[in-house]
Amino acid sequence: MKTIYLDNNATTAIAPEVLAAMQPYLGEFYGNPSSMHTFGGQLHRKVEEAREKVAALIGAEPSEIIFTSCGTESDNTAIMSALESFPQKRHVITTRVEHPAILNFCRYLQRKGYRVTSVPVDKVGNLDTAALYKSIDDDTAIVSVMYANNETGVIFPVEEIADFVKKRGALFHTDAVQVIGKLPVNMKELQADMLSLSGHKLHAPKGIGVLYVRKGTRFCPYLIGGHQEHGRRAGTENLASIIGLGKAAELASSNIDEEKAYLSRLRDRLEKGLQQSCPDTRINGNPDRRLPNTTNISFEWIEGEAILLRLNEYGVCASSGSACSSGSLEPSHVLRAMGVPFTAIHGSIRFSLSRYNTDEEIDRVLEIMPGVVQELRRISPFRRESICEVLPHAEST
Amino acid sequence: MWEYTEKVKDFFLKPKNVGEVENPDATGEVGSILCGDALKLTLKVDKESGKITDAKFQTFGCASAIASSSVLTELIKGKTLEEASSITNQEVADFLGGLPKEKMHCSVMAREALEAAVADYKGQKKEPEKKEKVICQCFEVSEDKIRKVAIENRLTTAEEITNYTKAGGGCGACIPAIEAILKDIWSIKPPPEVPLAAGKKMTNLKRIVLIQDVIENEVRPKLQADGGDLDLVDIEGPRVTIALRAMCTDCPMGSVTIEGIQQRLRDVVDKDILVVAQ
Repeated sequence: MKTIYLDNNATTAIAPEVLAAMQPYLGEFYGNPSSMHTFGGQLHRKVEEAREKVAALIGAEPSEIIFTSCGTESDNTAIMSALESFPQKRHVITTRVEHPAILNFCRYLQRKGYRVTSVPVDKVGNLDTAALYKSIDDDTAIVSVMYANNETGVIFPVEEIADFVKKRGALFHTDAVQVIGKLPVNMKELQADMLSLSGHKLHAPKGIGVLYVRKGTRFCPYLIGGHQEHGRRAGTENLASIIGLGKAAELASSNIDEEKAYLSRLRDRLEKGLQQSCPDTRINGNPDRRLPNTTNISFEWIEGEAILLRLNEYGVCASSGSACSSGSLEPSHVLRAMGVPFTAIHGSIRFSLSRYNTDEEIDRVLEIMPGVVQELRRISPFRRESICEVLPHAEST
Repeated sequence: MWEYTEKVKDFFLKPKNVGEVENPDATGEVGSILCGDALKLTLKVDKESGKITDAKFQTFGCASAIASSSVLTELIKGKTLEEASSITNQEVADFLGGLPKEKMHCSVMAREALEAAVADYKGQKKEPEKKEKVICQCFEVSEDKIRKVAIENRLTTAEEITNYTKAGGGCGACIPAIEAILKDIWSIKPPPEVPLAAGKKMTNLKRIVLIQDVIENEVRPKLQADGGDLDLVDIEGPRVTIALRAMCTDCPMGSVTIEGIQQRLRDVVDKDILVVAQ
């Protein structure tokens, strides 16, 4: 059975070009870029080349790029750096819908005595920027707002927020893990002081991330040790992955507009098709301000984990905001913050696409999904007669 | 990923006895769509022999909820109501080759649906708003249910109670109450209270320090873990004034939180303490 992978906001396939670029550095060239001898030292150049490619993807200077081990490390570092750099400031502002890398780190800070403001979102997931602006005060060290939400794909107006926050004298960080590689980003226009990105969301391997730090921004390292990354992030460079990320950045730069158009076409086809063939669905998240590859759909009266496991039987991979699939009893904090009714949260499914998905795959999912939904609704005590009347008809389309 | 046995997968992918029996002699409905799982069980019972001749189910829920429901119907068919009533949630889970511990509540739900159906058959309509003391507000779990499941399954920690009943799996505010119930069930005599030197009155200073200590080191970290917070505003005699902050400000569970704090302060500091929100 062929896998149909529609869970690219979770992780992506390593691009074959990326793998090929990395391979020599997992084998023959195993040196340490910090060494004095040529065997190791020559690799330093490779790290810098990758840095240039990543910088080019986001319109940054190479010196503004710090390689880290993952998006989470980048996020934690950004916030900690701001608090260490401005120790008299004890206030952090973020949103209710951040990734756990920010959310749980902020909870940790709260336990340590920092004041944290979590800005709410509206029904379609748009950020209440007025509330955000009102909460900034002289005590605010940093404002951290994700660029786009991983569950719904909703994009926040980070350029506007960055300008406002900077005027108020606080630092601005954005977790852009879901955006880089999917939308063009230019740090000359986006006035963020710091930005996080993660390799494995743009077809590089897992275990490599980047923290962008704008030139002139006060910075305190999170990992203390060797002199790597100009003393800003200790630890021997993850050479092969850094080279892989450089290649992935290059690939993304060259195709970003075509890919965006391609993904939104596939996504829209999937979304419309599902809405037509399955009654009682709802789209979660502002359809006019979303990542091109993401759709979050609730199938009412049935539960997400059950849907995922039925899809799994057909090799279709997606994810859900339901309680059972989150590994806890609490359903998605993002959908709850949006005020999505519980009946719809439990049956929410996220499909997230990549450049490797095809029209045939979308066709196949459109073929499978109505049957899965119909069967689970047959089992559900909440099914309504109308659903059963409509579905056989829908199935034949 | 949940680790399900082949048997769970089988019963989930090809569930047996889906639907409703026609003109059921007994119906048992438990759970709700809000809580994330619900089960409707319908039975046909032979009046003379008291045997269950047919059983069907409809379930809203995850794979293990569907599988547990289906297994229940298989287990009870052909049994008398009495025989069926002796089936435990553990037997449902065992039949499936075991359930992940976080999913044990699915087997409990199956058993509860059966109990509800049996009660329905006997005409003992469970009053919907029976004065049961609800411990977990998030998932509406009563003290009776927690006690029953704890004793039947020999559960000793709040985490196990969450796995089996969901209680405590939401905001977590009721975890101290669950722990108190468990202590009550499993300890032969109540644990020693914090010794307040008999007869000796605590100094005012010591009292304030103790209250502060409970608020700062026990209460606030728990609230903060859920995005809430509170400030200790004042202490005058037995009256402790607090102010709810952050997510607690407009939390519908505010009064429960305050009650919990009051109980804890009464246990540790002084039984006359009264906690009021500003």
